Amino acid sequence: METLIGLLVAAPLLGAGVLLTGGRRLNRYGHLLGTLLALVSFVLGLVLFANMLGKSADDRTLTSHLFTWVPVESFQAQVGFQLDQLSMTFVLLITGVGSLIHIYSIGYMEHDENRRKFFGFLNLFLAAMLLLVLADNYFLLYAGWEGVGLASYLLIGFWQHKPSAATAAKKAFLVNRVGDIGLSVAIMLMFTTFGSFAFADVLPAAKGADATQHATLTGIGFMLLLAACGKSAQVPLQSWLGDAMEGPTPVSALIHAATMVTAGVYLITRSGAIFNVAPDAQTAVVTVGTVTLLFGAIVGCAKDDIKKALAGSTMSQIGYMIMAAGLGPIGYVFAIMHLVTHGFFKAGLFLGAGSVMHGMNDEVDMRRYGGLRKYMPITFVTFGLGYLAIIGFPGLSGYFSKDKIIEAAFAKGGTEGWILGGCAMLGAAITAFYMTRVMLMTFFGEKRWERDAEGHEPHPHESPASMTIPMIVLAFGSVFAGALFSLNSRFVHWLEPVTGHSEGDSPLSTGAVTAGTLVVLLLGVALAWLMYGRRPVPAVAPRGSLLTRAARRDLLQDDFNHVVLVRGGEHLTRSLVYLDHSLVDGVVNGTAASVGGLSGRLRKLQNGYVRSYAVSMLGGTAVVVAATLLMRAV
Amino acid sequence: MNPANYLYLAALLFTIGAAGVLIRRNAIVVFMCVELMLNACNLAFVTFSRMHGNLDGQVIAFFTMVVAAAEVVVGLAIIVSIFRSRHSASVDDANLMKL
Amino acid sequence: MMSALSALSPATVSLAAETTRTSTGEAVQFWVLGTVAVLGALATVLMKKSVHSALSLAATMIVLAVFYLAQGAYFLGIVQIVVYTGAIMMLFLFVVMLVGITAADSLKETLKGQRWMAAGCGIGFGILLIAGIGNASLDTFAGSGQANSGGNVQGLARLVFTTYVWAFEITGALLITAAVGAMVLTHRERTEERRTQRELSQARVRDGVQVTPLPAPGTYARHNAVDIPALLPDGSSSELSVNSTLRARGQVRDVAADAMRRLAALDQSAGEWLGRKGLRDKGLESSESSAADRAEEGAK
Repeated sequence: METLIGLLVAAPLLGAGVLLTGGRRLNRYGHLLGTLLALVSFVLGLVLFANMLGKSADDRTLTSHLFTWVPVESFQAQVGFQLDQLSMTFVLLITGVGSLIHIYSIGYMEHDENRRKFFGFLNLFLAAMLLLVLADNYFLLYAGWEGVGLASYLLIGFWQHKPSAATAAKKAFLVNRVGDIGLSVAIMLMFTTFGSFAFADVLPAAKGADATQHATLTGIGFMLLLAACGKSAQVPLQSWLGDAMEGPTPVSALIHAATMVTAGVYLITRSGAIFNVAPDAQTAVVTVGTVTLLFGAIVGCAKDDIKKALAGSTMSQIGYMIMAAGLGPIGYVFAIMHLVTHGFFKAGLFLGAGSVMHGMNDEVDMRRYGGLRKYMPITFVTFGLGYLAIIGFPGLSGYFSKDKIIEAAFAKGGTEGWILGGCAMLGAAITAFYMTRVMLMTFFGEKRWERDAEGHEPHPHESPASMTIPMIVLAFGSVFAGALFSLNSRFVHWLEPVTGHSEGDSPLSTGAVTAGTLVVLLLGVALAWLMYGRRPVPAVAPRGSLLTRAARRDLLQDDFNHVVLVRGGEHLTRSLVYLDHSLVDGVVNGTAASVGGLSGRLRKLQNGYVRSYAVSMLGGTAVVVAATLLMRAV
Repeated sequence: MNPANYLYLAALLFTIGAAGVLIRRNAIVVFMCVELMLNACNLAFVTFSRMHGNLDGQVIAFFTMVVAAAEVVVGLAIIVSIFRSRHSASVDDANLMKL
Repeated sequence: MMSALSALSPATVSLAAETTRTSTGEAVQFWVLGTVAVLGALATVLMKKSVHSALSLAATMIVLAVFYLAQGAYFLGIVQIVVYTGAIMMLFLFVVMLVGITAADSLKETLKGQRWMAAGCGIGFGILLIAGIGNASLDTFAGSGQANSGGNVQGLARLVFTTYVWAFEITGALLITAAVGAMVLTHRERTEERRTQRELSQARVRDGVQVTPLPAPGTYARHNAVDIPALLPDGSSSELSVNSTLRARGQVRDVAADAMRRLAALDQSAGEWLGRKGLRDKGLESSESSAADRAEEGAK
């Protein structure tokens, strides 16, 4: 069984290697090979899952040591895998959703001449992501972490002929670097503090840490949070996610909705033992999550680009997860549960959006949609189910996972609990609003599409089966996953051995929370219907309030970055350059100039006339004689 | 009279010769001035020999003469070959030894 | 000491082994010849013509030779005259004749500040030397009497071939090297093949210069002096028959005019004697004038 873990990673890695080096002769069936290997990985995951289910709850962790990567004295970086329930969850999500999206991409990328390369990148992503969640130490996790960053960069910039895509890829890469620094610093701190970076060493050590190490652990926690912020697009490193929508839609669905952006949640949950003893870091995590969930929701309300609206939504939902993870043992399980259900419905929503774009000549502006439900019924239904799931319609996935998080937030207790719970509830309302808005603008109302630049009127049509089938599968997941997980607290029991779990005592009963959530949900939906359902949607966006305009610009995040970081950096650089020119170069050039000037003067002594040299010689002799006489006189 | 006067004379002749080397441009005259300096030294050697009452100074003067002869031979040969190529015996014309 | 003194040769000027003064004769000699030596040295430096410089230097060297003799260095004094003044200074004169006899040097200084620097350094150096000598305790001196007791040349030879034999051998090598060096420096390598008679004659024909041998002077005249041009068959004189140097100096005598004048004189005397006056007057005048013209041309 242990060998299968390695194969799990190796299969997509092999696919990436073959597809990226195989050249043009693989063009005809490269996409099939990529999909096949993703499916192989998924099947391996299922086999391992079945095997795991057959064991007792405490004995489910599998480890597999492959080789020593960096053997240097006390610094021993191992390549080894650890498959526990948490990793298993991720493996199934990654390979499952990944396989579906591979299938979807076969249809979606049919007319792209670089389809083989696309599948190579997707496989590379799968391999890196699996490495990330299967690693048994932080060092290997870091390798996977960078690997998914690379895959993300390559896929966002897949259509690099578009300057916007190239820029977006660069932006994502740069912002992620900031977060990566956090992870590398955290690993260094771990190594200096505990002498190891294996989960098996660090996490128990953190649990048993004495008071003197708490400060270090808090530092590690903050650095891990920085890493999570970068990868999971949390405030303040969130700016790249919106632009990342320049990538092909399947990429947005897989990487920037379902899997990679949730790596931060995985990291925090995995490092739960560290956060449990670092309350300050936990508070920071909760704060970041809360701010982001509102931030993303507000941005999502104002975007007319369907993918960017969904990106705001992703940000917001991950904010929920981060918040839940920051709550500690009460929240870890629900964070992961929401992560999985979100993986289903958000991937489904993105695939639906891709399907809509596919039928609308790649139009992304929702103000150019309208009334599409008649033209693409399957898309409409699957998208609708995803919509109901995300807003937390009772009985669907989102309802179970999100309500649990809100409940856990209230259970934090005290004023904090009320604030967090209130914010989470407000977030739910806004989620209902913006998702209803997307739904109404896309599928209801009058058709508002126009001829494109070449005069072709779009002919909205349903997408091919290779695209609709994954959407249907994901829709099933969106509908049933939550209920399946929540039945008998099955998911809680499943994950408890890894993350631990504790029930908080909520000031509000579960029923009250559910009722409150439903009320705000209805309020959100109603408001959206009032604004976008009852009256026609203007084809050109109205000017809107100050908040709307700010939200359209991603709540001025780029402007902030530009003013503070770019401008500041420029000023710093300029002053450094000035210093360099005036001070450093001044000293250097001044020395050179003075030496040069002196040499120029001295050079005149060297005039080539023998007689001048003879004068120098005689003068020198006279000086020597004088010195000798003086010495003798003294 | 004290033989030290010979030394003063030698110093005077040496200085005159040195000044001649510095002032004259004709290479041959410069050479003659060098010879004058060598002779002044020889006078001093001979005088010292007399003062010390042994012949070592005279031997040194003798060697000086031999070396001077060798030097004159080579030096004049150089002057002749420079004159052949540059048609000038002025030491200022041979001023390529500069930057 | 005193026994050594008695053994001194009478030719030595200084007889004292430890003494403070030389003889008055030597003092007089020093002051007279010392002045000459300094004047000679100054003349060496200041004379415009290098020949004069060389002669002045020779004078100074002879004075120095006398001083050597006066101080008991007989061998050196003779060597100074024979080798230095006789050989080396003659070598100088040879070179002076070879390269720079015609042009008198300008004593005008061309290097900026050179003269002042030279004067400063020279005077400073001289003062230092003189101060150094004045500082030294030179009140007494041994004199060369004892050292020359076995003969000056023998004493020198003993030193040269015992104590200084190594230096002596080295100077021998030095002299050989210098001789070879001088040859190397002044030897001119022939860079092209020597031209043969055939090539020379071909070149002469190609260049169109006089091919035949030049006419000898005075061949057809009644003279054989080199300054008289030969007469060509038509009675005119040949410029080529006279050396070009004589021609350049205008020292060519014209045999034609002279001969005609003598013929005319002979004719006249014969006519007077025969009583035939005015014979061939006309022809004589014409030939005379043409000969004079030719002589003028030659002078040009």
